[in-house]
Amino acid sequence: MGMNMTEKILAAHAGLKEASAGQLVTCKLDMVLANDVTAPPSFKEFEKIGGPVFDNTKIALVPDHFTPNKDIKSAGLSKAVRDFANKYNIINYFEVGRGGIEHVILPEKGIVAPGMLTIGADSHTCTYGALGGFSTGVGTTDLAVALATGEAWFKVPEAIKVELTGDKPADITGKDVMLTLIGMIGVDGALYKTLEFSGEGVHSLSMDDRFTIANMAIEAGGKNGIFPVDELTMEYIKDRVKKPYTIVEADADAKYCDTVKINLNDLVPVVAFPHLPGNTKKVAEIDDIKIDQVVIGSCTNGRIEDMRIAAQVMKGHTVHKDVRCIVIPGSQQVYKEAVKSGYIDIFIDAGASVSTPTCGPCLGAHMGILASGERCVSTTNRNFRGRMGHVDSEVYLAGPQVAAASAILGKIAQPGDLR
Amino acid sequence: MALTGKVWRYGDNIDTDVIIPARYLISFDPQELASHCMVDIDESFAQNVKAGDIMVGGRNFGCGSSREHAPVAIKASGIPVVIAASFARIFYRNGINIGLPLLEIGDDVEKISAGDRLSADTSTGEIKNLTTGDIFHARPLPGFVEDIAKAGGLINYIKEKKINA
Repeated sequence: MGMNMTEKILAAHAGLKEASAGQLVTCKLDMVLANDVTAPPSFKEFEKIGGPVFDNTKIALVPDHFTPNKDIKSAGLSKAVRDFANKYNIINYFEVGRGGIEHVILPEKGIVAPGMLTIGADSHTCTYGALGGFSTGVGTTDLAVALATGEAWFKVPEAIKVELTGDKPADITGKDVMLTLIGMIGVDGALYKTLEFSGEGVHSLSMDDRFTIANMAIEAGGKNGIFPVDELTMEYIKDRVKKPYTIVEADADAKYCDTVKINLNDLVPVVAFPHLPGNTKKVAEIDDIKIDQVVIGSCTNGRIEDMRIAAQVMKGHTVHKDVRCIVIPGSQQVYKEAVKSGYIDIFIDAGASVSTPTCGPCLGAHMGILASGERCVSTTNRNFRGRMGHVDSEVYLAGPQVAAASAILGKIAQPGDLR
Repeated sequence: MALTGKVWRYGDNIDTDVIIPARYLISFDPQELASHCMVDIDESFAQNVKAGDIMVGGRNFGCGSSREHAPVAIKASGIPVVIAASFARIFYRNGINIGLPLLEIGDDVEKISAGDRLSADTSTGEIKNLTTGDIFHARPLPGFVEDIAKAGGLINYIKEKKINA
C-alpha cells in the first residue's frame, strides 16, 4: 500500500519497510533540539537516566528565548545550557551573538535536511518540514530520554493533504497562506495529524514562505507540516547541507484522511484576531483598529525575505507617532544580510527599533511586553490571551507586509492602503 | 485507582500560555509553577485548589507551546487527573511522560460542570459524575503508551526497561 511522506520517514527511522496511520513506532533520531527554557529541566531528567549523550553531533542547543539574558534567573538557565554543552562537547551549541532563533538557524546552517527526523523541545520544531523532513515538538521528558537514547516513540499520524493550486500573488506571503488555512480548518483541525502540502502551487512558494507555513502547523494542532522537495529546496540546501540526506516522495496511492484545497490566486492579505490563530479575517474587510506596537521577526517571520518585504513597504515612510515598531532579524546571518541590503537603514530611518535576534516579545518574555489594553500587530505565531504581556492586551497575527503597513498607518492596514 | 474530587471547569482551547504564562518560566520548580497556574484566566485557582480536585477542559486542552512546565504546574497544584474533550498532542505526551493521567471523553465533557464531584478510575477510564449520576468512558491509551502511564511516566519506564534489558 502507498505511503505518504511522513509514513515513509517514520518507517525508515523505525527500521520498517512500511508504517501506516495509528501504528506505534520507536524511531532513531537524526537531530535533537532544545532551548534555554526547555533544556535545563530536561538535564535534570537526563541525569536520572545517566549520561553520556547518545551522539554529541546530533544535538543542537540554542539559548534564544530569554536571551540576551533578561534577568538573573534566566541567566542561570542559559548558564545551565552552556555548562551542559561544554560537559558533553555539544557541537551545535549556538552562543548569543553566534546564532539566533533556533528554527531560523538550524535550516540556515544546514543542520536539518530533507528526509531527516528531528525532535525539539519547542513546539515550532515543525518548521523543518519545509525541507521535506519530519520534525515535531516534544516536552522536557521526551527530550531528556532522546538526549540519552537517541530514540523517541511516535504514533504514526493520519495525514491531511493540502493541495495548493495557482500562483501566489506578489502581495501575498506564506503567512497569509497559513493563516487562511488555519482559519479554514480551525486551531484543532489537524489535531494529532500531519499536514502534507502538495500541488503545483507549492512551486510558487519561496523557501521562506514554506518555513513560515510549516512553522505554524502546530497552530492547527498538527504533529508536523511537510513539503515536497523541489528545485527551490535543492537550491536552498546546496551550499548548506554537508551530510547525506534522503529525498522522500509520497506514493501516488498514498492514503489521506482528508484533502483541503487552496487556490493561491484567490488569497488576499489576512490578519488573525485575538485570541486564536484561527480567527482569520481579510485586512480589506475590517474596521479601523488602532494599534500601539508592531513586531516583525520570530521563528515564523524573522528570515531575510521577511526583512526585505517589510523594508520595501517601509521605505520612504515613517512609523506612526503612536506606534513602537520592533524589528528582530531571526539570526546573525539574517541581520548581516539585512544590513548589507540596506533594510536596517530603512527601518532605523523610519523610526523603528532594531533588536538582536531573540524570541523575546513573541512569548511575552522581554523586549516588547504589552501593557493593559495595548494592541500589537505581530508577525509571530500565537495571539493567545496574555501571550505578549498583560492579560488585557491583544495580539493580531499577520505577515510582514501587513505588519509594516500597519506600523506606518497606526492601524491594521495593508500596503495598498499607503497609496 | 479511583480518584474522587471537585471539578475546576474550563473551556475549549485552553493553551499552555494561560496554564503557565511565559513570564514564570524562569523557574522550573514545581511548587513555584503551581503558585501561578491558570493565573491569567482564573486567579482563584492557585489560591483555592485542594489536593485531589479534578481539572476538566473542553476541546484541544493544552494547545500551543511545548512547555512541560504546564502539566507540571497542574500536577503540583494537587490535581491528580485532567479530563477533556480532546488534548493537544504535545500536552498529551507530556502528561503521560510526567505521570499525570489524562482522560479524553469527547462531547461527554459537556455533562460536567464547575463544582461537580467526580470519581475517575484512571486504570479503566471510567468516570462517574457523582453530582448528576452520569457515567462516561475515556478512550484507552494505545499499546506501550499505557505501559509508560502505568510506570508513572517515561523516565521510570526507561529505567525499568534498562534494568530488565
